[in-house]
Amino acid sequence: MSIAIIDSGGANIASLLYAFQRLSTPAELTTDKRVIEGADRVILPGVGAARDAMDRLRAADLIDTIRGLKQPVLGICLGMQLLTDASEEEDVECLGIIPGTAKKLPGSVTCPVPNMGWCATRSERQHPIMADIADGAYFYYLHSYALPLSDHTVASAEHAEQFSAVTGKDNFVAAQFHPERSSSAGAQLLSNFLGLAT
Amino acid sequence: MQFRNHRIVGDIIELARRYGEEGADELVFYDITASPDGRTVDRSWVSRVAAVLDIPFCVAGGIRSIADAEDVLNKGADKISINSPALENPALISELAKRFGSQCVVLGVDSRDENGGYFVYQYTGDPDRTEAAKRTTVEWVTEAQDRGAGEVVLNCMNQDGVRKGYDCTQLSAVRAACQVPLIASGGAGAPEHFLDVFRIADVDGALAASVFHSAEIPIPDLKQYLDDNGIHVRI
Repeated sequence: MSIAIIDSGGANIASLLYAFQRLSTPAELTTDKRVIEGADRVILPGVGAARDAMDRLRAADLIDTIRGLKQPVLGICLGMQLLTDASEEEDVECLGIIPGTAKKLPGSVTCPVPNMGWCATRSERQHPIMADIADGAYFYYLHSYALPLSDHTVASAEHAEQFSAVTGKDNFVAAQFHPERSSSAGAQLLSNFLGLAT
Repeated sequence: MQFRNHRIVGDIIELARRYGEEGADELVFYDITASPDGRTVDRSWVSRVAAVLDIPFCVAGGIRSIADAEDVLNKGADKISINSPALENPALISELAKRFGSQCVVLGVDSRDENGGYFVYQYTGDPDRTEAAKRTTVEWVTEAQDRGAGEVVLNCMNQDGVRKGYDCTQLSAVRAACQVPLIASGGAGAPEHFLDVFRIADVDGALAASVFHSAEIPIPDLKQYLDDNGIHVRI
């Protein structure tokens, strides 16, 4: 199986590459349109600011490529927000694949922003991406923006307010947390992603 | 985790794997091989840790520039922690936060209780160079947050290594001024110390080294104990 990780810039892609190595399914980091279109699975990661990432996708001429993908695609963290209509972070228009707008986490004295840490993650509806993962399993989050709950929400988490932890529409799924840093639950989610029907 | 030379890196990888499997929520590596004299350091161990570890980890020590931080993050670390270099040049915090985001910029603070006042110390990795930084701890933590530090690890030096419990009084004082995650360090010797620091000082995490290395306090037992006592942790 071939996995393409779209290089949207930013540091810390290494941990994602290693996570797929641990699953014995090496992934390739790329901005090559043909590699992405031809891959069995595509990952859209993202660290940093939404505007920078969208600018880089645009510069690599990947906007329509991503919108047209038919194989399973997984957005991770900022990559999840990029799949939505827009982000409130600097009012950036995003890919418009999954409806919704990423909003700044409200935060509070007991829930500082960014949300950094392990959060219990609750199932909102059945989806094969969450197969064999316990309801309430902990995943590792690092983010300041999040997608509100919607009909597309698969799982939710809470940080002062509930938000979409996992969302899905057609062949696109996305996780706000970092599965590559979420221990055995994260490895299970990545394994489920590789096993999704095409 | 502290290590002193490359000969035992193999052990570091095994220890990292063990802690990951036992349920540690995050690992911090204090790289004391990274010397402040500016010579090139071999950080290939970061890649080897990232390859086996599936929980977040932070690298502390030897990060004095954007290039140092980029090297560590590109090799797979999730966060970088800066201490003395931030005291020498506070603008480094702002530059790192702007370039990589606050979420991966941790401020390490070595602080000592002196007659009820809390003061920052620097160069604590070397007993001969350790000196007062002439700043109060609360002022420094406040400035660092304003500059974009996304997390603070407060090592209470007066408690460090004595295993009599965290300095909950000092941590509470800093908690009141700290709106980003605050991690307690220094003094853990028994499971009750962890419970106390979460209850009394309301910290977001508790760091310990020797009691875990020696397996005196097994992590699964500790987490079960905390959960049984109403502190919600990942089990």
